[in-house]
Amino acid sequence: MSEPNDKKLEELLRSAIPPVKHAELERDLWPAMLRRLEPRPIRVSWWDWALAAGAAAWFLVFPEAIPLLLYQL
Amino acid sequence: MELLERFASGDLDAFETLFRQYQGLVYAWTVRMVRDRGAAEDLTVETFWRIYRAHARFEPVRDFGAWARRVATNAALDYLKTARREVELPANLASDPAPDAVQQQEVGAAVRRAFGELPATLRATATLALIEERPYAEIAEALGISVGGVKTRVFRAVRQLRKKLQSMGVEP
Repeated sequence: MSEPNDKKLEELLRSAIPPVKHAELERDLWPAMLRRLEPRPIRVSWWDWALAAGAAAWFLVFPEAIPLLLYQL
Repeated sequence: MELLERFASGDLDAFETLFRQYQGLVYAWTVRMVRDRGAAEDLTVETFWRIYRAHARFEPVRDFGAWARRVATNAALDYLKTARREVELPANLASDPAPDAVQQQEVGAAVRRAFGELPATLRATATLALIEERPYAEIAEALGISVGGVKTRVFRAVRQLRKKLQSMGVEP
């Protein structure tokens, strides 16, 4: 691959994708940063709650399944 | 206590001071990499979130700006790896363009498409080196590789871009 061909391709690239002209930040991002720093509550989906409730019900009806489950773990 | 020492010990006021001092630098670097202002703003916050979480590992003798740019580069690379690759089309198509202009637009669209298909690391390196024309030493520091590594990535990016363009019927 010759160097002049590389230069031509690089010029083609720059004409197709010009450099960013205005890279200045137009607003203060500190408020967004503060929102990000706030602790987020852990969200548990309804499906997880349903699964936990189902498992609890199952172990209430069939308590002998608990050792089996522990053995599998 | 010095500002960087206070930041390293987890002082939020020190972090705010550093944020206000360096948010412009991080944004400018990120927008050059991802070429999307909204995404660059989100990534600037993401970068400082990563910086804040890593405050205990920061050594106050280090250059904070260089460290921030490195963290920003990693955040931008993560974004480029997962973001949907969109084909950019010319925004202001002329109503009756001349044949040469049409051909130029088609070539430009092909170049953007081919470039967008490059692996994220090659695309980011080539963007900074060839489009933004940033110094290789600066790119190397931000990517955490050697200057030789940057040259290799640029070479590979150009080679792959040429192959992709040839497969599209465009002879650069």
